[in-house]
Amino acid sequence: MSEASPAKAYALHLGVIALLFALSFVLPDYHHGLLARIMVLAVFAMGYNMLFGYVGLLSLGHAMFFAAGLYGAGLAVIHLGWNVPLAFLAGIACGALLALVIGLLALRTTGVAFMIVTMMFAQVFYLVILYFAAWTGGDQGLVVPQPARVLSFGATSLDLTNPTVRYMSALALFSIVLLITLAIVRSRYGRVLVAVRENEERTKMLGYDTFSNKLIAVVVSGTICAASGAAYALLFGYVGSSFASVQYSILPLLWVLLGGAATTLGGLIGTVFMYYVIDIASGYTSAYLLIVGIALILLVLFFPKGILGTIRQRWLGWLP
Amino acid sequence: MHFGPHLLLAALEGLVTSAVLALTALGLSLVFGVMRVVNVAHGEFFMLGAVLAWAISTAIPGHPTVGFLAALVLAPLIVGAIALLAERLVLRRLNYNPEATIVATIGMLYIIQQLALSFYGPEARPVEPPFSYRILLPWFGYSGYKLSIIAASALLLVATWLVLTRTKIGLIMRATQYDSETAQAFGIPVDRVYAGVFALGAMLAAIAAVLIVPISQAHYLMGQDPLLLSFIVVIIGGLGSLRGTVVAAVLIGLSDGIISVFFSPTLAKIIATLLVAMVLVFRPQGLFGTASR
Repeated sequence: MSEASPAKAYALHLGVIALLFALSFVLPDYHHGLLARIMVLAVFAMGYNMLFGYVGLLSLGHAMFFAAGLYGAGLAVIHLGWNVPLAFLAGIACGALLALVIGLLALRTTGVAFMIVTMMFAQVFYLVILYFAAWTGGDQGLVVPQPARVLSFGATSLDLTNPTVRYMSALALFSIVLLITLAIVRSRYGRVLVAVRENEERTKMLGYDTFSNKLIAVVVSGTICAASGAAYALLFGYVGSSFASVQYSILPLLWVLLGGAATTLGGLIGTVFMYYVIDIASGYTSAYLLIVGIALILLVLFFPKGILGTIRQRWLGWLP
Repeated sequence: MHFGPHLLLAALEGLVTSAVLALTALGLSLVFGVMRVVNVAHGEFFMLGAVLAWAISTAIPGHPTVGFLAALVLAPLIVGAIALLAERLVLRRLNYNPEATIVATIGMLYIIQQLALSFYGPEARPVEPPFSYRILLPWFGYSGYKLSIIAASALLLVATWLVLTRTKIGLIMRATQYDSETAQAFGIPVDRVYAGVFALGAMLAAIAAVLIVPISQAHYLMGQDPLLLSFIVVIIGGLGSLRGTVVAAVLIGLSDGIISVFFSPTLAKIIATLLVAMVLVFRPQGLFGTASR
């Protein structure tokens, strides 16, 4: 992360956004839909990376933040009849609030205990969703009705179920979060987070309040993940408890490890790569969990820095 | 049935759960205590034990006792060998780094689960109990086999305790747990101790699974609940403390049995998980453990 090249970094990120925009017009239908979904989930990965990559806190419970956004937005539409922007904000607010509470509790622990505590809170969240099946739909989940998924400004209205609108909405969310992440990482605050990751005691000794810095990071990370969940509910119209299960806490970890922890574009690269590997493999076998498992082990054994992390180390030192 | 006998029945069921749980959690606790590795795949070793018990007992013809006894010996050995292989091929190469090993054991979890689904299938299959003697109490009859599970588990726990405190192997294990670098300096092959402990932990889980499978069927997802409960037990009992693990297992097993008889099991799980998370947040050394170094 050298200082010399802010222009280069911003150019690269804008280039990626432009490429994704251009892809919208050339991709066949199937990949067009898949990429929209991947962009929303890449936001989830970027939120996870904020905490795991930059602060070095490995959470095994981020599914709860994604699910808080998912259910916050979905249930607001289904039970309260709120419109799309309000429901989206409700989802984000749920995630931010949950992240604040979890952060206050879980940050009292470190290392292995932090992983287990976050996993347990996520498990509680998952069980609570199942327990209140009357409102959440339990195992089955709920479908957000199509007429409710319309974004209207005065006379004009955008139907979020239309593939192009959906793709562009996902791209908009992705771009905003990508640029916010880049700005945070390059800011003073971002460098404090890296300092906490590298040596918390020394950072404390230099006069930084590491607890509140970490707490802010948990809230930012949880909020980004909730934004991804809320967008998922509104764009794809399904809200289900499987998104709160342990598996959805492991997946963002896998995507980030694959793409490269502490790289801004790692979340996108990892998600795209893993989605396509599973997509191609599922043409041959239904055992896609096997691939996830093998990928996790091979990654920690041979590529602990991930794709972009390795590229940064070998060739492009300026990569943010 | 009146309240008293109902409670007795719930307590007996709870004790059976405790017995199996204590063995499983002891395996997890040993691995964490000696190697400082959180083995997320522990529940899958449990499941493998049950699935292998089914495979072995159906492969051996004749009286169910023969098949069961063969499973009780062979299944843990096979599971131990698999764990040993995983330790040599993966964990050792990661230098037992706590975070990397968690990710790697999550990977193992998925691999073992998927292989079980592919080769064993999604069905739940029963194993015949070695004997079906019913003990008649004044209020209800109770399975003699379930009582023998409690006895077998108690026996194994005492044996493990004796090995840990009275033998040279136990001394070596405790030395490694206390300070692996000094142990290495005194010529203890720490590397091989780790491999042995990891295999032993998996074998304890597999034995627990073989004992329970005649009353609860083998299924490829059966590892999830024991994993979570073992975590709870190990945390409440204090990480790496044998006595705490046993006490916590009895506590959790009994309360789980009694609460799920009278309340909704989901609610019971929510409360238990939340309580444990709070214990970990506010009293990280566990309820019975001493402060960790």
